[in-house]
Amino acid sequence: MSTQDKQREDLVATPSRFPLREVVLFTALLVAILGIYAMMGAAYSTRMLVEAACYAILALGLTIQWGYAGQFNAGVMGFVALGGYCAMAFSVPVNGDFWASELPGELARVLLYGVAAALVVFGATRLDRLGVPKTLRTVIAVVLAVVLYLVVISLLREVTDEIQSRAGFVGGLGLPAWTGWIVGGALAGAVGYFIGHICLGLRSDYLAIATLGIAEIIKAFLKNSDWLTRGTATVSPLPWPTPGPAELGFTLSRAIYLSVTAVIIAVIFFLLHRAYHAPWGRMIRAIRDNEISAAAMGKDINRRRLEIFVLGCILMGIGGGVLTTFNSLFDPDGYLPLNHTFLVLVMVILGGPGNNLGTLFGAVTVYLIWIMSEPLALALMSLAVHLGDLWFAWEPPRNIESRALQARVFVIGLLITLVLRFAPKGLLPEKVKHHG
Amino acid sequence: MNEIVFFINNVVIAGSVTGSIYAIGAIGVTLIFSIMRFAHFAHADMMTFGAFMVLLLTAVFPGVGAVVGLPTPVVMLPAAMVLTALLAVGIDKAFYKPLRAHGVKPIVMVIGSLGVTLMLQGLIRLFAGTSGQSLYMAGERKEIFRLALPFEGVRAPIVITEPQIILFVLTIACVVGLHLFLSRSRLGKAMRAMSDNPDLARASGINTNAIVAVTWVIAGGLAAIAGTLLALDVTFKPDLSFFLLLPIFAAAIVGGVGHPYGAIAGGFVVGFAETLAVFNWAVLLRPVAHYFPEWLELPRTLAFVGTEYKIVVPFFILVAILVWRPTGIFKGKVI
Repeated sequence: MSTQDKQREDLVATPSRFPLREVVLFTALLVAILGIYAMMGAAYSTRMLVEAACYAILALGLTIQWGYAGQFNAGVMGFVALGGYCAMAFSVPVNGDFWASELPGELARVLLYGVAAALVVFGATRLDRLGVPKTLRTVIAVVLAVVLYLVVISLLREVTDEIQSRAGFVGGLGLPAWTGWIVGGALAGAVGYFIGHICLGLRSDYLAIATLGIAEIIKAFLKNSDWLTRGTATVSPLPWPTPGPAELGFTLSRAIYLSVTAVIIAVIFFLLHRAYHAPWGRMIRAIRDNEISAAAMGKDINRRRLEIFVLGCILMGIGGGVLTTFNSLFDPDGYLPLNHTFLVLVMVILGGPGNNLGTLFGAVTVYLIWIMSEPLALALMSLAVHLGDLWFAWEPPRNIESRALQARVFVIGLLITLVLRFAPKGLLPEKVKHHG
Repeated sequence: MNEIVFFINNVVIAGSVTGSIYAIGAIGVTLIFSIMRFAHFAHADMMTFGAFMVLLLTAVFPGVGAVVGLPTPVVMLPAAMVLTALLAVGIDKAFYKPLRAHGVKPIVMVIGSLGVTLMLQGLIRLFAGTSGQSLYMAGERKEIFRLALPFEGVRAPIVITEPQIILFVLTIACVVGLHLFLSRSRLGKAMRAMSDNPDLARASGINTNAIVAVTWVIAGGLAAIAGTLLALDVTFKPDLSFFLLLPIFAAAIVGGVGHPYGAIAGGFVVGFAETLAVFNWAVLLRPVAHYFPEWLELPRTLAFVGTEYKIVVPFFILVAILVWRPTGIFKGKVI
């Protein structure tokens, strides 16, 4: 076969072949899930499936950004944490101590001062329109910003300390959890807009650096704002939008929650499928594959990129909210780059970036492996300790369990590098239709 | 006067220490950026690896330092630098070179380096545990110098520790050495040529593979120095990596990516910005507080951000520089 023919075969996708690969992979996955059900019991396995479904929402968010548009978001954790915070803040019962006191008014007053200060500083940056020299304007604006910021922040510190000592924390709003999920998605989208607006016109690496940074900042903020989130003291239980385990038992209640997540995934999947095959999706892929020619066609590249980045962040926020509500525990320390960024990354690049079905497959498969690897790592480590003791009289260090779990970090890293090298398109590669 | 001494201790000295560490780290990042054109996320873990090697060597050969008159970890530093450089070259051969050979986009290299960073993290924590450890063992301890100032009414001395002095000396040595290497040696000039235009450099007979290897050796060695100095100044912590990455990248971008001297400047900008932001300004204002009007009460703490929000500072520097001058203050080569 000449190279010409080979190229043609690549170019024109065979119209409707039997999806053998998909069928084989999904059957294998189904068998694995059934095996886990048989071994670990229904309650445990259903919990695992719900968590895998939540991760699938996150993975769909990342596959839009990385697979559709080639933007690399290294801070999924931050958006997940934001979604989780909103789910917590909306669903937790109202804190009567806080609302009965004069503290809400105080807090609102300080926030108003903050807004006023921001307006004053903004006004100062416009002084040059009144004939003030530009250098002088910059100096005035900077000095004003510094002084007003210090004033507002020290007032805020007083109020928040007061809230913390008298009421514990602000408390929730007592609304159904799904309102929190929606607001969480919106908030994550807003943060994504801020980051994307700054970074998307620049080198693609800068977006990775900035998202990594914002994720750590969001986590630090949620962890240290005790008045807002109770910080490391954690908030639990978070009420579910569906009947909880206390009413229906573990298996049934989790199964209902699973069906809720399944509906969310189905809706997202359907919408993404439509968008992907619509002219909009073609435009996004054109921008990813050849930015310059897409620009030459008159597409507004930065605007489309921003659109898709924000869309992905919204999905991550919703997924984070669903996940946190399911865990019924808001613990800012529990959001880890490994569990909430890199695991999602592995799901996407292993499953097939840009292929929604592949991403779903990757999400469930990788989550199963991840969950099963914990007992495996512990068993291997205890075997190693046993053998070491037997052969070399080796005395293992005390915190051997936590170290054994670190071995999983290594495996995730190895998986990323291996997939990039040997299967850069994932197990279920994106199918691009060419009308040749 | 006591307040000024406090300021010197908490801002001038502390800022120079963090600044030097960030600068040495950022030089490595910026060199890799300019030669291989991708953001190397595994750099912070290479720093941790270097410090961990020093820790191991110090545990194996305690008391060597007493012979030379320096702390043992400093004596072990050259060996750790060699090991880290070897690691860097090995990582490149095993993971980055195949990706480069495939001609992937830079962002895929970034993801690959994230994979490498996780592998290094996993290995280091598997062997070193997750808790902090001091590099000073076997009876050695940090020497602390207290310089009393010859002024009337100054009680507080200027405090500086031995590792900090070593840090300043090593930073100056690194910077001068790097400058001589890049401007005088054949290899350094070839490196600069390759960072300016890789195709032209290859066409004019420069062995680009050798340049890549040399870049990794330099970056690895510098990472080992930075990591060890950080571990000497505070303690060896295996889980710092993502907290170090942001300031180092911010420093490299502030200085203009691909610009080693810019990276040094950027490192000090970020280091001083961090210390100034967490400094309690109320201390400096207190002596003049009685000139203030009655209604203005000075709060006890008047810092821009709490220490727990330190990571916000490099982020906002990064955002500011990306908004106003994405090429960095010294006009870097890569935007």
